Amino acid sequence: MMKGLKKWRLFSLLAVITVFLSACSGEDYISTLKPAGEVGQDQFDLLIFSISIMTLVVVVVSFLYLYAFAKFRRSKLGEKHMPKQVEGSHTLEIIWAVIPIVLLLILSVPTILSTYKFADVKAMDEVDEEGNKTALTVNVTAKLYWWEFEYPEQGIVTAQELVVPTGERVYFNLKAADVKHSFWIPAVGGKMDNNVENVNKFWLEFGKESEGLKDGVFYGKCAELCGPSHALMDFKVKTVERAEFDAWVASMQATEGQTASVDSTDLGEATFAQSCLGCHAVSGVGSTGAMGPNLATFADRNRVAGILEHNKENLESWIANPEEYKPGNLMTGKYSELSPEEISAVADYIMSLSVEK
Amino acid sequence: MSSVAVSKKKGFGAVLWDYLTTVDHKKLGVMYLFAGVLFFAIAGFEALLMRIQLMVPNNDFISAGLFNELLTMHGTTMLFLAATPLLFGFMNAIVPLQIGARDVAFPFLNSLGFWLFFLGAIFMHLSFFMGGAPDAGWTSYASLSLYSPGHGIDFYVLGLQISGAGTLISGINFIVTIITMRAPGMTFMRMPLFTWTTLISSSLILFAFPPLTVGLFFMLVDRMFGANFFDHTMGGNTIIWEHLFWIFGHPEVYILVLPAFGLFSEIIPVFARKRLFGYSSMVFATILIGFLGFMVWAHHMFTVGMGPTANAIFAIATMAIAVPTGMKVFNWILTIWGGSIKVTVPMLYALGFIPSFVAGGVTGVMMATAPLDYQLHDSYFIVAHFHYVIVGGIVTAIFGSMHYYWPIMFNRTLSEKLGVLTFWVFFIGFHLTFFLQHFLGLMGMPRRVFTFQADQGWDLFNYISSIGAIMMAVGVVLLVINVLLSIKTPPVNRRDYWGDGRSLEWSIQLPVPFYNFKQTPLVRGFDPCWLEKQEGNKEMMTYAEPLGDIHMPNNSILPLIMSIGLFIAAFGALYHPDGVSWSVPVIVIGLGITVLAMITRSVKDDHGFHVHVEEVIATEERLYGKGGNK
Repeated sequence: MMKGLKKWRLFSLLAVITVFLSACSGEDYISTLKPAGEVGQDQFDLLIFSISIMTLVVVVVSFLYLYAFAKFRRSKLGEKHMPKQVEGSHTLEIIWAVIPIVLLLILSVPTILSTYKFADVKAMDEVDEEGNKTALTVNVTAKLYWWEFEYPEQGIVTAQELVVPTGERVYFNLKAADVKHSFWIPAVGGKMDNNVENVNKFWLEFGKESEGLKDGVFYGKCAELCGPSHALMDFKVKTVERAEFDAWVASMQATEGQTASVDSTDLGEATFAQSCLGCHAVSGVGSTGAMGPNLATFADRNRVAGILEHNKENLESWIANPEEYKPGNLMTGKYSELSPEEISAVADYIMSLSVEK
Repeated sequence: MSSVAVSKKKGFGAVLWDYLTTVDHKKLGVMYLFAGVLFFAIAGFEALLMRIQLMVPNNDFISAGLFNELLTMHGTTMLFLAATPLLFGFMNAIVPLQIGARDVAFPFLNSLGFWLFFLGAIFMHLSFFMGGAPDAGWTSYASLSLYSPGHGIDFYVLGLQISGAGTLISGINFIVTIITMRAPGMTFMRMPLFTWTTLISSSLILFAFPPLTVGLFFMLVDRMFGANFFDHTMGGNTIIWEHLFWIFGHPEVYILVLPAFGLFSEIIPVFARKRLFGYSSMVFATILIGFLGFMVWAHHMFTVGMGPTANAIFAIATMAIAVPTGMKVFNWILTIWGGSIKVTVPMLYALGFIPSFVAGGVTGVMMATAPLDYQLHDSYFIVAHFHYVIVGGIVTAIFGSMHYYWPIMFNRTLSEKLGVLTFWVFFIGFHLTFFLQHFLGLMGMPRRVFTFQADQGWDLFNYISSIGAIMMAVGVVLLVINVLLSIKTPPVNRRDYWGDGRSLEWSIQLPVPFYNFKQTPLVRGFDPCWLEKQEGNKEMMTYAEPLGDIHMPNNSILPLIMSIGLFIAAFGALYHPDGVSWSVPVIVIGLGITVLAMITRSVKDDHGFHVHVEEVIATEERLYGKGGNK
């Protein structure tokens, strides 16, 4: 009976641990524990390395602690027991000063190497014989609750959904337009801040195509408190093979000059031109600095406003009252009130903007 | 003047007046303790609201704006207005007794420090009822706080400026007290560890608060007069705020955790019935932690873009702190090794503290690894880390010490049974809340989010974490019940309540008379109470002087008036940017009140008073019955 109970206990413990461990590693499109890229992988390795050292420390401390606690209880030794009053021990004190120093020295080696490796952005300025940049650079501008991605060499700009090639180092210039933000793609690599006064540079390598992921994209987050809708300042990252990326760039460049016309017979386009075009461009060619996210690739995206499921109803609700979905956003009140028909038509129009279809 | 004359039944008004004017370190200790508990409860309630909001994805229990106010006030209140005063409460109540002093060096300043802190704290909390609390995080990073509409940030800046002045004054007071007021024979290397950590932590206050004051002042003039220290469009720089804040903010952690270390260094030897292991290395480690604490602030800013060299230097410097901290942990363990461990409630907290704090410490080293920190920074991992340090290290110290020192502070006892229950509910709740948050961070959840979308793999752990938070709240309620019940317990009325007391405060017959020591004690060695007991001294104290008149300070209402003046002036400053006509007069009136009180203090000589021998004898008889202090 007791034996059976013990077995059952062991089994349930194992089951709990299994569930726990699988629940602990998270989803592959957002978890740092499922790294997809060189930086993320290095950081994951460093995590495992430091955890191993720390586990060693915790095990030693716990053992000493539990042993002392179990052995020297007054309930066992008796009320009258008078322990020997020890002042200390130089030998022991030296031992537990030196061992941690050695452990920390071991840990500091990969720390210093990786710190310099991740900060190495010299390749950003390298050019080939024709004077073209050899590496892809993306300028990321964080704005109150949305992200703008400019590809300066390609002359294109997009928003909310970053498209990058896999298998090469992609360099980023980070900047904030209003308040401080922080650019973080957990599954791909650590974050860096978008400051208001200076440009931060770093690189990431995207190790696998995002196609197979649940939503077909990696999740990106703002990691620095930036106001009421900080929690909603998400972006997505689509990683594709280099050839596909080049094709995407070409189709983006092909949208040059695309615009909406107030005189259009399409109610959606006309309304868009009237109410939205002032902030939202519909051509992917351009540079950073727009008031609102560029919408040239809207239909190809994964979310409405970075957070809502990508369908027309959500887009309509968003246009009707952005404040309800992202408090404190800068779109609310920037356009005159639209009738339900107009909203529906505008949504149809925006949903038709694509470079991939 | 105080206790003897009004020792009979006092009316409510008289008691109130006594507390408003008191300069007695024991009463101020009690006032700090209760003010701290009040703000601890408020900030804990804010945390509970936030955890309820985060219990399920896409919850709408709390709105986005309110959530940011709650997270800001939770952090600010817990650090400045709960942990600090709670520890000050113990410092005030215990340190003079530990070093054999009759009061602190500057009793008047002690009272001023308390009232500045308290009114600053009240001022900040009024923001909830006057148009919205600060909402830029307790770090209040400049770009966001300059952008923040309304008066929330002004409440933060002015409230912290006032209460910070109080903290600085108290810190200076403790430094001077410990250096100059020690009883004969109480050399530096005989001082109890709590006195040592109070000294070091007060020195940290002395050096850490001025940078905060400067930062807050820049922020104040930026918001009041558009001074543009932090407005980058006008040539300002927000990173300067980050540096100023963290040059203060990192030592602040040690300001809080060092006294907590000190408290545990008192509790553990008593309940292990064994001398603190490696006393001199404990002192050395305390000083080293205090020193290194100023060298590491930029590890809060690894992702700001300081460049690899700065990051690497600060990473290594931060790791170095683990060495003296580790020394302390091993010394504690070796203190109980070979001892005779009695598991009372204070000891239970100490025993719970060691593994919790070690867990917080090792995650600290992981975060010091700069390239790894790029992933962990501003995620839920850091939230878990600092709560392991602050709750696992500081809050357990405060709860444990409440049980430990309750007899000295109130001549009453807290229930052991209820205390054990409280400990387990709180301790399990604490680990349930924060352990899983490490994984939430690793799974990509950023901190300071008012909600999260479903299906990112975070739902279950957030749910469990919220349940843990509710357990912690239950634990705190149980502690408050314990405090209320203690009113009904019989008075202790003896020395050495725990039976194994070692330092001087346990030699004192309870209740502690208002002059603390009838005769100044002569300290003949480390752990004087233990020493005298070993030699069979029933009074547990040797005296350095014959019975004589005792010189004591007079009570004064001036500290309260000075603080009220600043409190009033702060409202003028707060509304000044709105262009209201009464703002300048209110500033002038408020500062006028403060200056008048200061002038009064300066021109009116106050030499204190003498308690004559007959009065001392009468007091002793009244407190302890015929035969006096025997």
